Amino acid sequence: MAHTPQPPDADGGAGTVPGPADPGPPGPDGTRTDEQEPGRAGALGPPSWLALAFLLPALLFLGAYMLYPIGFSVYRSLWDAPGTTFVGIDNYIRMFTNPPTFVALRNNVVWVVVAPIVVTVAGLIFAVLTERIRWATAFKLVVFMPMAVSFLASGVIFRLVYEQDPERGLANAVITTVQDTVAPAGDYPDASPRDGSGVEPADGGGFRLGAEVTPGDEPAMVPLVGIAADDLPGAAEPARAPEAPAGDAVAGTVWLDFTPGGGGTEGAVDPEERGLPGVGVRLVDADGATAATTETADDGTFAFEGVAGGAYTVELDPRDFSEPYAGVTWLGPTVVTPAIIGAYLWVWAGFAMVLIAAGLSAIPRDALEAARVDGATEWQVFRRVTVPLLSPVLMVVFVTLMIYVLKIFDLVFVIAPGSVQADANVLAVEMWRVAFGANDQGLGSALAVFLLVLVVPAMVFQIRRFRRENS
Amino acid sequence: MSDDAATTAPAGAGPDPLAGPDGAEGAPRRSAAARAAARLGSGAVQLLLVLIALFWLVPTLGLFVSSLRAPADNASSGWWTVLARPAELTLENYAGLLDNPTFVGSFWNTVLITVPSTLLIVAIAALAGYAFAWMEFPGRDWLFLGVVGLLVVPIQVALVPIAQLYGGAGIYGSIVGVVLFHVGFGLPFAIFLLRNFFAAIPRDLLEAARMDGGRELTIFRRVILPLGGPAIASLTIFQFLWVWNDLLVALVFADAANQPMTKALQAEMRQFGANIDVISSGAFISMVVPLVVFFAFQRYFVQGVMAGAVK
Repeated sequence: MAHTPQPPDADGGAGTVPGPADPGPPGPDGTRTDEQEPGRAGALGPPSWLALAFLLPALLFLGAYMLYPIGFSVYRSLWDAPGTTFVGIDNYIRMFTNPPTFVALRNNVVWVVVAPIVVTVAGLIFAVLTERIRWATAFKLVVFMPMAVSFLASGVIFRLVYEQDPERGLANAVITTVQDTVAPAGDYPDASPRDGSGVEPADGGGFRLGAEVTPGDEPAMVPLVGIAADDLPGAAEPARAPEAPAGDAVAGTVWLDFTPGGGGTEGAVDPEERGLPGVGVRLVDADGATAATTETADDGTFAFEGVAGGAYTVELDPRDFSEPYAGVTWLGPTVVTPAIIGAYLWVWAGFAMVLIAAGLSAIPRDALEAARVDGATEWQVFRRVTVPLLSPVLMVVFVTLMIYVLKIFDLVFVIAPGSVQADANVLAVEMWRVAFGANDQGLGSALAVFLLVLVVPAMVFQIRRFRRENS
Repeated sequence: MSDDAATTAPAGAGPDPLAGPDGAEGAPRRSAAARAAARLGSGAVQLLLVLIALFWLVPTLGLFVSSLRAPADNASSGWWTVLARPAELTLENYAGLLDNPTFVGSFWNTVLITVPSTLLIVAIAALAGYAFAWMEFPGRDWLFLGVVGLLVVPIQVALVPIAQLYGGAGIYGSIVGVVLFHVGFGLPFAIFLLRNFFAAIPRDLLEAARMDGGRELTIFRRVILPLGGPAIASLTIFQFLWVWNDLLVALVFADAANQPMTKALQAEMRQFGANIDVISSGAFISMVVPLVVFFAFQRYFVQGVMAGAVK
C-alpha cells in the first residue's frame, strides 16, 4: 500500500494538535497532496440505518451522561436545597453573595489569570532551552512524568514539600538554609534582660543600657538571663568584671547572670557565671549616631578606647539575638493559593512544553537563519520570529490550560489542609462541598451550571477552529 | 528531516514527541569568538536545565524515601537525612499496607473500575468514530460538531443529576455506576480522536474492501481496526491513566466498599501528619502502575495527551 494513514494531527485538519502546517504556509514538501474527503462513500456506502446502529451505544451514553444532566442541572438550580420549592434565580444570587462561594469565585479568578500564563511561559522556556541539548528527551521525560500520575499523588508529594517545619519540609529546609547563610540567626535568641538591672529591650530585638555612660565611668554591666547554659557557645569563659576604665575609655561586661544550682547575686558577676562571647556592642552618642563598635571577648568583657567626652548609650546588636528563620507558612491562609499554583506548574509544565516543542520543530529553519544572517541577536530572533510564528500553538496551550484551570479540583482539595480549605476554595471544590457535603443540591447545581457557562467560550472556540480547519 | 517526519508519520507510530529535532542545528558560519560565547552560554543553559530537572525529580524522590522510613523518623527529621544514615530505611510501611484490608481492597477496586471503563470507551468510540468517518447519514457533520462541543463540558454538571438517577436505579455507590460514568464522560474525546484518525485512512483501501463485497462490520474489523492500531493504543493508554488517577468521580459515586485507591488515600489525608506512613507508601503504590505504563508506552501516552489539547 502506498499510503500510511494520517494521524489526527498530521495535516492540521483534525485540529487537535496545532499541526505544523496548521496556521502557517503549507509545508515545503507538500504533504497535503493525498488530501481526501472522508465519508463520500458513494453508491457502495452502507445504508443510514447501519450507521445509526454503529453510533447507537455512543449516542445513548452521551445523551444520558451529558445532555440529560445539562438540562436537569439547569432545572434543578432553580429549586431550593431539598428540591421542593421553586426559587427562581435565588441560588444564583446566593452564589455571588454567600461568603464562602464568593471566596471560591475570587480564587478561581486568581487561578485562571495566573496559572495558565505561568505554565505556558514555563513550557515555552523549557521547549526553547531543550532545543539544543543532547539530553533533551531525558529532560522532557522527567518534566512530563507528573502528567502520568494522579493529582492525588502529586498533592501528597507537595504536602510533604510544603511541611512547615524546616526539619521536615523540603521547601522550608532550602529557604532557611539559604537565609541562614545570608543572615545567620543570632547565638542568643532566648535572651532577656535581668529585671531591675537597667537593661531594656531596644528597637529591632537588641538590648541597651537605660543609663547613659561617659568615658571613665564605672564599667557598664549588662546582665542577661533566659539562655539555657547548654546553649552557650563552647568558647564562653567565666565572666569577669573589667577594671575601672581609663579616662577616655568605656568598658563593661555582657554575661549570663544566672548561677547554675542557684545562689549568686542578681546583677553582679558571680564566680560560676559565664560571659557571652561575640556579642556586638555599639556606643551611640547623644545624636543617635554610632560612635564605635566592638565585640565581647570570651569572658563577656568589651572595651572602647579613645572615646571623646560626652554621654553615650551602650547598645547590643539585635543580630545576636534574632530568632532562627522559621520558613514560610506555605499552607497558611495567605499563600496557600500561590503554593498550590506552584504544584500545578509542576504537574502541567510538561504538557505545555511538549506541545510548544512540537510547534517549534515545525518552524521553518530558513526564517530563523534569514533573521540571523541579517544580524539579529538570539533574543531578537526569539522575540520577533519564533514567538510570532508560535503564537497559534501558544494560544491553544493557553486556552486548554484555562479550561482545565477553571475546573481545578483535586490539587486544591488534596493539598489545602482542612483548616485552610475555606481560604483555598475554588468553584469545583465548593460545588462538591455544597452539593454532597452540605446537601444543598440547588446551590450545587447552580454552581455547576455557572462552571458550564464559563467554558462555553472555549466550546465556541473549539467548534469554530474545527470547522475552519475542516472546510 | 524531522519536520517531514512530524507531518507524515501516523500517530503513535510517528516520531517520539518527546524527542526533539535530532541535532539538526544548521548553525551558520560564525567567528571563533561567537562560538566560544555560544559554548559558554550552552554551559549555562545545561546547568539551568539540570537544576530544573532536579526540581522535578526531587519532590517525587522525597515521597519515595519518606515511604521507606519509619513514622517516628518521618516525624522527627526530613527524608534527606537518609543521605547521612541510609541504614534507617525499612519496608515496614509497605508491609503494613499489605495487611490493611481497606487498602488492598481499594487497589482491586481501582483495577475493577479502570479496565472495564477503558475497554468500553475504546470499543464504543471505535464504532462511533468509524460511522462518523466513513458512513453517510443525514446530519452527520452537525452531530459530530456536537461531539466536539461536548469535549469541554465540566464533570460537575453531571454529578447531581446522575447521583439522583443512580439513587433511583439502585446503583449509587457501586462499581458499575462509577464505570458507566467514566464511559459517558470519556466518550467525546475518544470519538473525536478516533474519528479524526480513521478519516485519514486512504479511501482506496475502503473502496476496495467495499467493492469486494465486504460487509461493514468485516471492513471495520479487517481494515479499520488494524490500521487504527496506533490511535487506539494512544486512546487506550490515555483513558487507562485518566480513570486510574480519577478522584472526583470516585468521591461522589463509589461507597466505602467500592472505593478506589485515590479515594481511600484521600480519606487518610485528614490526619496527614499521623498517617504519613500509610499515605506515602499508598501514594507511591498508586503511582507505580501509571509510571510503568508511562515509561513503557510514553510515545502513545504523550500523543494521547497532545490530542487532548483543548479538551
